[in-house]
Amino acid sequence: MNGVEGFMYPNEIGLQWSILIVLYPYITGLVAGAFILASLVRIFRVEAVRPTYRLALLTALSFLLVAPLPLQLHLGHPERSPEMYFTPHSTSAMAMFGYVYLWYLMAVLVFEIWLDYRAEIVHFSKTKKGLVGFIYKVMTLGSTNVSHKALELDEKIGWIVTLIGIPSAFILHGYVGFIFGSIKANPWWNSPLMPVVFIFSAMVSGISAVMLLYMATTKLRGLKIDIACVDTIAMYLFYTFIIDFAVESLDLIHRIYEADESFRSLNFMVHTKLYIPHIVIQIMLGTLTPLILLAITQLFKLPEFVRKRIYVIAGSLIMVGVFAMRWNVVIGGQLFSKSFLGYTTYKLALVTKEGLLAAIALCILPFIFLYALQHFLPPWPEKDNTGVPEATH
Amino acid sequence: MSAFKNTGHLLRFAGLFVIAFFIFLIVRHFVVPKSFGEYGHYRGNAIKEDAARPSYYAGHEACEGCHSDVADKKSHGKHAHVNCEACHGPQLAHASADDPSKHKPVLPDTTVLCKQCHAASAAKPKNFPQVGDDHMPGMACKDCHNPHSPAMDQAPAEKTASTSKAPQGGKK
Ligand code: HEC
Ligand code: HEC
Ligand code: HEC
Repeated sequence: MNGVEGFMYPNEIGLQWSILIVLYPYITGLVAGAFILASLVRIFRVEAVRPTYRLALLTALSFLLVAPLPLQLHLGHPERSPEMYFTPHSTSAMAMFGYVYLWYLMAVLVFEIWLDYRAEIVHFSKTKKGLVGFIYKVMTLGSTNVSHKALELDEKIGWIVTLIGIPSAFILHGYVGFIFGSIKANPWWNSPLMPVVFIFSAMVSGISAVMLLYMATTKLRGLKIDIACVDTIAMYLFYTFIIDFAVESLDLIHRIYEADESFRSLNFMVHTKLYIPHIVIQIMLGTLTPLILLAITQLFKLPEFVRKRIYVIAGSLIMVGVFAMRWNVVIGGQLFSKSFLGYTTYKLALVTKEGLLAAIALCILPFIFLYALQHFLPPWPEKDNTGVPEATH
Repeated sequence: MSAFKNTGHLLRFAGLFVIAFFIFLIVRHFVVPKSFGEYGHYRGNAIKEDAARPSYYAGHEACEGCHSDVADKKSHGKHAHVNCEACHGPQLAHASADDPSKHKPVLPDTTVLCKQCHAASAAKPKNFPQVGDDHMPGMACKDCHNPHSPAMDQAPAEKTASTSKAPQGGKK
């Protein structure tokens, strides 16, 4: 059989979960991570990263809108997906997740963004004409109360929403790890540490995504990057990354020490089929290199332009590394046989429903959403060009 | 009252949720099938609909009524617990016809049939009889094994009882 070595059970030869299922936790992770960065401003009062606050929220929203699409495309029959809400099955983790997703989308993200932008929305609803003005009018929900008192109240409610949002983001992404971690038939996945590993890698990838986006958009708009802001993000990124690295190492050490009956087989897989994506890309390029790079920026006083370059390189490597981690979990978990005697191969198609092109399209889509959103709800820190009075202070 | 003066927009947002929830309930009322949950987490009518679908299998009792000779032979061999229709395919049309000979089943081709169960595979229990491609290649299994009683080393009494000498597939 093509690409099969050793003994595989017939149902294991073809992989059921494709690159789209790799994208799904990757994209959800970016949502959770971006939101955690936003919460740094709101809850932990890290004023230095305020320039990225709104960008982080909009990024989270754009990616959250795309998050279920890989699943829809993989399963087919999107018209059936509402049935999950209509006839919820309480013992199905997937079904319950539908509610977590909806809760996170509507009660956390959309609500928080709406609260934060209300002053602008009201302002635009009065100044913009035509269809655009009408959309803003609808978004005001017919209330133009932007008095100092009202905005102060919004600020308080926003704080509460963010506070609730942090555990929600953890649940949102912890669940994705849970889906894998709770599969007891698959030793590559089955680990109670899985949700924790997923959450921390999500935070790392989401924070670097927003950091890169902030740097790129500022460059594109021909403005100066707020170095204090990027420095602070990089510092938090570094700390989160250390925790992430520690938790992932713990998982690894635990597996090696436990060395249960699956170990020989999994170990063999990591040294052969998964060597490039796991050892080289995920661990060496995607984890150790950016960790060392970020450590250098924390330890030594480097000139600004060097730091910026290091942040871009480290951030990009992290994005690749976390993607590789999702890949190794999802694809790696299907490459070996339950007999522990055989291995199969994943062949990535190009133009099929679950092929590379579909995956690339799904990766571009959040940026299109983000582009549209930033037109309507400008996230940029400098407010002078909009003429809107300072809303959040 | 003044405490709520500035909460108007928040109440409106909350109102959106309430409206959405009611729309959800109304839509749910119409799209969830009436018989859903009658017996469990599925459409109760699904059972009735399945029951109303045409049957294709007659069940081995139906076969054994007429083919008592085969049934008898089979009951002494290792295939005793393999049902007739596992090899012959669904035969309700044959068994329930007024004149079964008009719905004569096509005899299974043993070069294909037997391997479906007996092709060697490491996934099968060790003690299950299985053969690889090197087992008498190029010959039909029935040339040597009687499908209804496949053992080769049967008691001689059994063999003489059949019309021809072994291999039993020789009788035609
Ligand atoms: C292990 C598979 C298998 C099972 C089980 C089986 N058969 Fe057969 N049967 C065959 C095959 C193969 C032939 C064709 C033999 C040939 O081509 O000479 C056949 C032929 C027949 C024939 C026509 C030839 C003959 O020997 O009279 C009848 C009638 C028949 N089977 C009835 C039955 C009945 C009734 C049962 C259940 C009690 C049954 N079979 C169970 C495989 C099976
Ligand atoms: C539906 C599955 C099935 C099909 C089809 C089938 N068999 Fe079997 N066969 C069995 C089972 C079950 C046994 C009993 C195994 C046991 O007792 O461990 C068996 C046993 C046997 C044995 C061992 C007999 C012994 O005494 O050790 C032979 C030989 C055999 N089959 C040959 C055949 C041939 C030839 C055919 C094709 C006509 C055939 N089988 C088709 C399921 C099947
Ligand atoms: C040339 C005659 C011949 C043909 C054709 C033949 N067999 Fe056999 N088969 C035998 C003999 C003889 C034995 C007994 C060997 C023994 O007991 O070691 C046997 C044994 C078996 C066994 C029992 C193996 C065991 O481990 O108990 C199975 C199963 C079997 N045959 C299946 C088949 C199938 C399936 C086909 C068709 C692809 C087939 N045979 C074709 C002669 C034949």
